[in-house]
Amino acid sequence: MTASPLAAAGVSVIQLGAAVTGGPLLFGLMAKVRARAEGRSGAPIRQPLLDLRKLAGKEHIHGGHSSVVLPLAPLVLVASTAAAVAIAPLISTRPALGRTSDALVVVFLLLLGSVAVALAGLDTGTAFGGMGASRAMTIGALAEPALLVAVLALSIQAGTSNLPRLVSATLAHPQWAASPERLLALLALVIVVFAEAGRIPVDNPSTHLELTMIHEAMVLEYAGPELALVTLGEAMRLGLLLSLVANLFFPWGIAATGSVLWLAVGLAVLAAKTAALAGVIAFLEVSMAKLRLFRVPEILSAAFVLAVLAVITGLAVTP
Amino acid sequence: MSAALLVAGLGLGGGGAAAGAVLPARARVPGAAVLTGAACVVACAAAAGVLTSGKPVTVHSAEILPLTGVTLSLDPLGAVFVLTTALVGAAVSCYAAGYPARSMKSRPAAGLLPLFITSLLLVPAAASIATFMAAWELMALSSLLLLLTGHRRREARDAAQWYAVMTHAGAAAILLAFVLMGAHAGGQSFAAIRAYAGGLPPTVRSLAFLLALAGFASKAGAVPVHVWLPRAHPEAPGPVSALMSGAMVNLGIYGIIRTGEVLLGGGELWWWLMVAGIGVVSALFGALHAAASSDLKRLLAYSTVDNMGLVLIGVGASGALAVTRHDALAALAMVAALFQMMNHAAFKGCLFLGAGSVQHAAGTRDLDQLGGLLRRLPATAALFGVAALSICALPPFSGFASEWLLVQGLLRGFSAHSAATAAALLAGVAALALTGGLTAAAFVKAFGIGFLGQPRTPAAAAADEAAPAMVAGMALLAVPCVVLGVIPGVVMPLLARAAGTALGGPPPDPVRAGTGLGLAGSTDVIEPALLALLLTAGLALAWALARIRTRARARRAEAWGCGRELQTARMQYTATSFAEPLQRVFEDVLRPDRDLDVSHLAESRYFEDALRYHSRIDDAVERGWYRPLISLAGRWGEVARRAQNGSMHRYLAYGFAALIVILVVLA
Repeated sequence: MTASPLAAAGVSVIQLGAAVTGGPLLFGLMAKVRARAEGRSGAPIRQPLLDLRKLAGKEHIHGGHSSVVLPLAPLVLVASTAAAVAIAPLISTRPALGRTSDALVVVFLLLLGSVAVALAGLDTGTAFGGMGASRAMTIGALAEPALLVAVLALSIQAGTSNLPRLVSATLAHPQWAASPERLLALLALVIVVFAEAGRIPVDNPSTHLELTMIHEAMVLEYAGPELALVTLGEAMRLGLLLSLVANLFFPWGIAATGSVLWLAVGLAVLAAKTAALAGVIAFLEVSMAKLRLFRVPEILSAAFVLAVLAVITGLAVTP
Repeated sequence: MSAALLVAGLGLGGGGAAAGAVLPARARVPGAAVLTGAACVVACAAAAGVLTSGKPVTVHSAEILPLTGVTLSLDPLGAVFVLTTALVGAAVSCYAAGYPARSMKSRPAAGLLPLFITSLLLVPAAASIATFMAAWELMALSSLLLLLTGHRRREARDAAQWYAVMTHAGAAAILLAFVLMGAHAGGQSFAAIRAYAGGLPPTVRSLAFLLALAGFASKAGAVPVHVWLPRAHPEAPGPVSALMSGAMVNLGIYGIIRTGEVLLGGGELWWWLMVAGIGVVSALFGALHAAASSDLKRLLAYSTVDNMGLVLIGVGASGALAVTRHDALAALAMVAALFQMMNHAAFKGCLFLGAGSVQHAAGTRDLDQLGGLLRRLPATAALFGVAALSICALPPFSGFASEWLLVQGLLRGFSAHSAATAAALLAGVAALALTGGLTAAAFVKAFGIGFLGQPRTPAAAAADEAAPAMVAGMALLAVPCVVLGVIPGVVMPLLARAAGTALGGPPPDPVRAGTGLGLAGSTDVIEPALLALLLTAGLALAWALARIRTRARARRAEAWGCGRELQTARMQYTATSFAEPLQRVFEDVLRPDRDLDVSHLAESRYFEDALRYHSRIDDAVERGWYRPLISLAGRWGEVARRAQNGSMHRYLAYGFAALIVILVVLA
């Protein structure tokens, strides 16, 4: 059955909707798991969505000596993440523009969002903005290569770097899911997800202690609707990263046809998979301390080495 | 047709040089700019003709150079380089027409700039040893003299000295390589050398390649023969540095491809593994130094080292795959390398022109003293931003397209099943990944510290927008950053033809025709045009989302400063502080030179009076390898000076002794 362009566009729209609502819900879920693990009852899971709604109704305020970059950056962050979400194989292996849904495209779209936010941090002309931008770019410069090489390790095995076809290839060859190179790449990717999504042990999203902030320092000058967009962008990014990890290593349940029933199943399975991953991450977060900034490069270089090992293993095994 | 155009282009360039040298002061700069711009347009047409028809054009004139004559032959490989040079040359001519520095308006400078551009157009068309070396030296000398227009500054004189020594050592190595090949082939035309390539003894072939590689790699700025580049490119005036980084370094790559692939017919596997290895080291070294640098033009220069490293990785991979007879894979890697070279010329040319404008407007290129220039130089900032996004390989700009193609070229190469090649390809992929993140950090710093935030000095606060001609020159180079990013497919057939010429034989088109990039024999494809549309739609949607509940205009508020009322420009992060974490992470490679001076109060040494922190990053290769060499040469000079003390008697004694020795030897 060939998917019509309309069906593919429908898939992308559903994925976007899922990311816009699901991303903040994942934040809420993680906060809830943390709270429960710490013996508190915590805010309801839908709290981040309510916060976004509240922020969207506030007035636009531009802080400090900012220029046009400050209000533009959240738009770029949301647009680039949304573009990545729209073309990635999340609930179905047939999203719109699936042909151009290359691993590198998604990685560099995410980088586009990071660069925009870092520039906004410098745009405020304050010490915090610069501090956050500098730290975020340092961590990004080390996480980026690990992410790229880990994804390329998968693409050597499947002979393609197209994400939908990578996922389909795993469906067709279930034994690949447990191959050594997959496991090495998975480890590397999980470390990268912690860094890219700014979770403990790399960054602490709930801190506002001035000297330890990374992401929060960068976006300190945002308020109102712009802050809502930044938070939404970050939430979508977390959702996308978790979904990709889930689908690349455990693709079962993703819709391979365009029928409405399968899409519904795909959506439900994706929600379950990402919720499980988010729960595990939140639980790990509670049991770990945040690392010193200069210890972070060590775990990121470990991720890079793991990813390179995955490529080498893949080369040695692939006939 | 193309032959006439080629000659006309070179003639117009010569005319530009003459106009710059003889016209009166007021007409000098515009006259030279118009003629040189026309030369570039005509050369562009000639190159496009060769690339579309695929047939080389040849011109021979016995009258110009005595004894050997001038032989020009433009084939598709050379045409790609002429096309790229012509694009940068046209933009630089336009920019130079508005460049306000007095030093560039003098008679020599106004005449030398067109001469430099013409020599850059001439090198890829040269088809005999004599013609090539003449063009090569013309290029080296004209750029050296242009660098010396800043001779009042000590740094510029130092840079010129380094450049002069390195470029002439390189030229000597290249000449030796050509002489070796020419002597065996019994002729000095490239056609004769190429026809004889198979008959060269293997050791001579390898020796010739190594000599040529040393010379050409130095021009391309590859580690470890790059040391002149981060000195000379920043010290040159704006238009000249754009030409050096945008066009001249490419000719080093051209030389390696022309000698190794065409004249020597491919050669051995280890040649190309070495080229790829040099590329990996250059890419990492350049990217690290760019990320740590706080001088805007030095940052750009090191980023050139990085990008030439990426091109060399592609060239090396292509050569290695060609030796093992994987023609389609070799063609793909070569196309990727040429595409990266072309894109680099556009964005780096644009960035250097922008840096020239900044340096002129604010009187410094030290990022720690800039800031807030977006408000003062909006057009320059916007164009610099486009080029910076492109160099960071962000979609949908041109850097992304070539990075994707390069990664694909390396990934496909793994299917060649050669352990040595696979190791080189793996190193290449890792280097590409590592430089990607570092480049993003470097250019967030360059744009964010230089153009955003508050001005850090009064000079930066009072900077004025560049002249319209300068902005137009930058815009000319920013256009390809966008166009080649959105519809990269349009140049692919041209690059495939050039790769075919380089690798010999008809090209097995490695990239499918179309607006996007699609690999032949695979379904992997990217359509940046659709991505651009998607991003635009996303921007519009996000804009609407931000205004869904409040439409009022934004209010300004004081930034949060921990409860302090006043935020001064001194509280901002500087480029040095921005780069500090990365510098600390990579301390073992960068080896920063740090000093902390603490002076105490006279009354009590338990209280500090002043703290002085000083941090400097020197080139580790220069310090470790070149300094000992220079001091060795200095010591030998001392010994020689003792022997030559100026006394006539001693010289007569030397002569007498030499005569005796000769007589004894001959007896």
